[in-house]
Amino acid sequence: MAKLISRRNVLIAGGLIGGGIAVAYAFGGGDDVSNFEKAAKDGEYALNAWVKIGTDGKITVAISQAEMGQGVYTALSMLVAEELNVPIDAITPEAAPVDPKYANVTAVMDSLPFSDGHHNGEATVGAWAMKNVGEMLGLQVTGGSTSVRNFWEPMRHAGATAREMLIMAAAAKFGVTASDCVAENGIVKSKDGSHQATYADLAAEATTLNAPIDVRLKDPSEWTIIGKPQKRLDIPAKTDGSAEFGIDVKLPDMAFAAVKMAPVFGGTVKDWDETAIKAMPGVIKAVKVDNAVAVIADSFWRAKTAVEALPVTFEEGENADLNMDGIYKMFADNIAANEGRSYVDEGDTLTILQESDDVLTAEYKVPFLAHATMEPMNCTAKVGDNDVEVWIAHQSATLVAWLAEQAADVPAENVKVHSTYLGGGFGRRAEVDFLVMAVNIAKELRGRPVKLVWTREQDMQHDMYRPAALSRFAAKVGTDGSVEAWHNQVASPSITRQFTERLLPWAGSDMPDNTTAEGSADIPYAYTNRLMEHFPSPTPVPIGYWRSVGHSYNAFFTESFMDEMAHKAGKDPVEFRLNQLGAHKDFHDVLSKLAKLSKWDSPLPAGKGRGVALHESFASIVGQVAEVTVEGDNVRVDKVYCVIDCGTAVNPDTIVAQMESGIIFGLTAAFYGDITLEDGRVVEGNFPDYEMVTMANCPEIIVEVAPSGRRLGGVGEPGTPPIAPAVTNAIFDATGKRIRELPIRKAGFTA
Amino acid sequence: MIKLTINGQPHELDVEEDTPLLWAIRDTVGLTGTKFGCGVAACGACTVHIDGEAVRSCSYPVAAAIDTNITTIEGIGADKQSAVQAAWVAEQVPQCGYCQSGMIMAVTALLSENPNPTDEDIDDAITNICRCGTYPRVRKAIHQAVKLQAGA
Repeated sequence: MAKLISRRNVLIAGGLIGGGIAVAYAFGGGDDVSNFEKAAKDGEYALNAWVKIGTDGKITVAISQAEMGQGVYTALSMLVAEELNVPIDAITPEAAPVDPKYANVTAVMDSLPFSDGHHNGEATVGAWAMKNVGEMLGLQVTGGSTSVRNFWEPMRHAGATAREMLIMAAAAKFGVTASDCVAENGIVKSKDGSHQATYADLAAEATTLNAPIDVRLKDPSEWTIIGKPQKRLDIPAKTDGSAEFGIDVKLPDMAFAAVKMAPVFGGTVKDWDETAIKAMPGVIKAVKVDNAVAVIADSFWRAKTAVEALPVTFEEGENADLNMDGIYKMFADNIAANEGRSYVDEGDTLTILQESDDVLTAEYKVPFLAHATMEPMNCTAKVGDNDVEVWIAHQSATLVAWLAEQAADVPAENVKVHSTYLGGGFGRRAEVDFLVMAVNIAKELRGRPVKLVWTREQDMQHDMYRPAALSRFAAKVGTDGSVEAWHNQVASPSITRQFTERLLPWAGSDMPDNTTAEGSADIPYAYTNRLMEHFPSPTPVPIGYWRSVGHSYNAFFTESFMDEMAHKAGKDPVEFRLNQLGAHKDFHDVLSKLAKLSKWDSPLPAGKGRGVALHESFASIVGQVAEVTVEGDNVRVDKVYCVIDCGTAVNPDTIVAQMESGIIFGLTAAFYGDITLEDGRVVEGNFPDYEMVTMANCPEIIVEVAPSGRRLGGVGEPGTPPIAPAVTNAIFDATGKRIRELPIRKAGFTA
Repeated sequence: MIKLTINGQPHELDVEEDTPLLWAIRDTVGLTGTKFGCGVAACGACTVHIDGEAVRSCSYPVAAAIDTNITTIEGIGADKQSAVQAAWVAEQVPQCGYCQSGMIMAVTALLSENPNPTDEDIDDAITNICRCGTYPRVRKAIHQAVKLQAGA
C-alpha cells in the first residue's frame, strides 16, 4: 500500500468521522478538464464533464453510474435533457470514464450514523465534513440507491450550463444579446424569429466560452421531462440481443479462463498437476492464482472441461468446521456477553422493562443470502508489459481502476477500464474479487485478453453474502396501544468492516457500522423509551452489500415485532402504527394512502390474510400490504399493494418497475433464500438448490408513486425491506402462526 | 468440424461434439445475445429455437443440433421487430436485461404454438428466472404481443 500511495497523486482515507468509514481513491488530481472532455473525438464538442454535442447533432451524456437494471441511464439522461431543452430520445447515454468529477458523495454521506439527520436530512457538522471528504476522494460508485440523489444537482446544472453556453454562442453569431435568444428542441432562435441555429452548429463555438456560474435551474412547474414517464433508452438493445454485458465482450485473439476454487473459505491451493490436461483440446496453460487454479484455453467450454479434469488438492485452512449452528450460537453468545454498541438509547428502557411483569419478547433470525445475479461473475483483462486494460460489468469504476493497477503492478495512467451493462448487481458487483482474479490470470498470458467466467456454482459458493443475523426484542406495550419501552438487540457481522478489510487490510477495525443498525435504530415510531444495540459478530464467511443491506433483515425484525405489539395491544396493525407516527406526517401519509389503496378495512374470506409493513430506507418511505391465501401448508401471495414516497419522482414508470423488482427480490428471499454452510463451505450450488420466485408464483403488484416533495429518496432498494414482514404478518393474520425465522418454508409452508 | 445452421446462415465449428450448443453459439460463432445463466437448464437465459421449439442451449449438445434450423435472439427480429419484441418495448419489460433474450425466445415459441395463452398457460410454459423480477411486465407484454400479432 505504501508504494501505491507514494507513487502517485492518490488519496486513500478511512474517513473515520462519526463512525462512517469512507474508503476512496482519486486520481488525475487537480485537473479541471475531465477525462470525458479529453476523450472527445473530432467533430465532438464537450461542454462539460457530462455533455458532448457532435457536429452530426448527436448529444452524448456521460453516465458515471452503472446500469444494472435500475434505469439510471435514462433517469440521469432525463436530468440533462430537461435543462438542455431536448427530448429524452435525443440523448445518447455513454458510460463515463473514470474521473473524480463523478464522485458519489451521497454514497459516502449515507455511511453517517443516524444522528446526522437520518430522517430529515438536516445539515450537521458531521454531514458537512463527510461531503467534503467524499468530494475530495472522488469515489465513483453505484450503490445505496444514491445515483439520482447524488447527480440531481450536478447533472441538471450540466444541462443548464450547456444550454446557456449554446445560447451565448448563438447570441454572438446572431449579433443579439443572450436574453434575446431561446433554446428549444435542439435549436437556438432569436426571439424575433430572424435567426436560428442548431446545437450542432453552435457546439464548437460554445466550447470556447467560459461556463456561466449562475445558471438558473427550472422550477418544477416548468418541467416537461422530469416527473413524466419516459421510455428507457436501454430497452430496445435489451430485446434484440445487442446489449453488451461484461460476459459478451469480444476481442481479437481473446483467450478464456475457467477456475477451480478452494471450496472452504480461506482455503488455499496445495497441489496441482498440469500434465494431466496439457493435451486436452484448446488448452493453452494452467496457472495458480489466489485461492484457485485456472486453465486458459481457446474457448470457455474447453477451459472449463480441462479445469474440471485437472487434479487439484486444497488446504482447507482454519474454517473447515464452520456451520450454521455455530454461527447462530456465536450470535447468541455475543448477546449474552452483553458487550454491544448502542445506536439509539433514549429514556430508561432497561429499568422500565426490568420493573415490568408484562414484557413482550421475541427472537428472530435470518440466514445468509446469495446475490445470484443472472450474469455470473466475469471479467476480461489484458495485461501488457506496463499497462492493464479491463472490460467489466461493475458498480465502481474507481475501485476497478485501483485494484487492476495494484494487481497488474503498473502505473495508474496505464490503466484503462471499459464499463459494460451489468447483468444484475445488487451489491455483488461492488466487490473486486473476480476482477483481481482475472488480472492475475491475464498476467500469465501477457499481451492477450483473457476472459474469466465463473460457473453458476462458483458464483453462488464464492459470493459475499448478505449476513445472517439474530434479533431479540423486549417491549412494554401499554393497554392504550402506546409502547412505553422497546429494546432491540441485533447480532450480526459488520459488512462495512469486511468490505474495508478486503480493500485495505490495514484499515479494518471494529467501528460503528450503520449497515448493522439501519432499519432498527432509525424507525419512526414514537416509543417513549428505546434502546437499540448491535453486537458485532465477526465471521470468516465473506459478507457484502446485498440489495437494501441491513434494512433487508432489520425491517423484517422490527415490522414483525411491531405486528406482535399491535396484537398484544389488541389493536389493528395499521391503526397501531398510525397512532405512533404523529411526529412524522410523511410516514403517516404513506400508510394512510396504503390503507386506502389496499382497501385495508374491507373483509377478507376465510383462509386469506392481510399484512402490512412500513419502512424507510435510502431516504424513501415505502409501505406494503400483502394479501395471502393459505391452504393447508401452501401459501400463495395473491396481491401486493405498495406506496412509495421518494420525495420527487424523476421517471415514474421506473419507480414502479423498481418497486415490483424490489418486492419480487424480497419475496424470493422471504420464501426460499437460504445459503447454508457445512464444513466451511456453501451447500447450495445452483438455482435448483437456491430457488427463485417465477411467473407461476409471482403476485399481482399494485404500486402508487406518491412523491410528497420531501427530500429526494432512492428507488432501487427501498422496495425490498417491507415485503418479508408484510407477507409473514399476512400469514399470521390468516393462520395465527407467527413466523420468526426466514425463509418462510422453514416454518413448514410451501409457496 | 460441426456444421450448424444458425439464423439461416451455415457455420462450420471446430468444437467437440459434447460442447453445449450455448458455448458454440456464444464463443465460437460469436452471437452473444444468448446468455449463460446456470448451465443446468434451470434458468432459461440460454433459450434458443431448434426447428421452432424452445431449447435450453446450455444443456443441449452441439451434435444434436446438426441438420436443424437454429434461431437465436439475433435472428428473431432481424428483418423487422417481432410482435414480442415490440410488446417488450411497449410494456418496458427489461431491467438489467440479461435474462430477456431467453424470455423473448421462450415466449416466441409459446405464442407460435399457442397464439392466445391463458395466464395458466403462461405460468406453465414460461419458467425462466428473472432476478430483477420483471414477471408482472412479462405477463402484460405476452398479452400485448397476442394483440399485436392479431392486429398484424
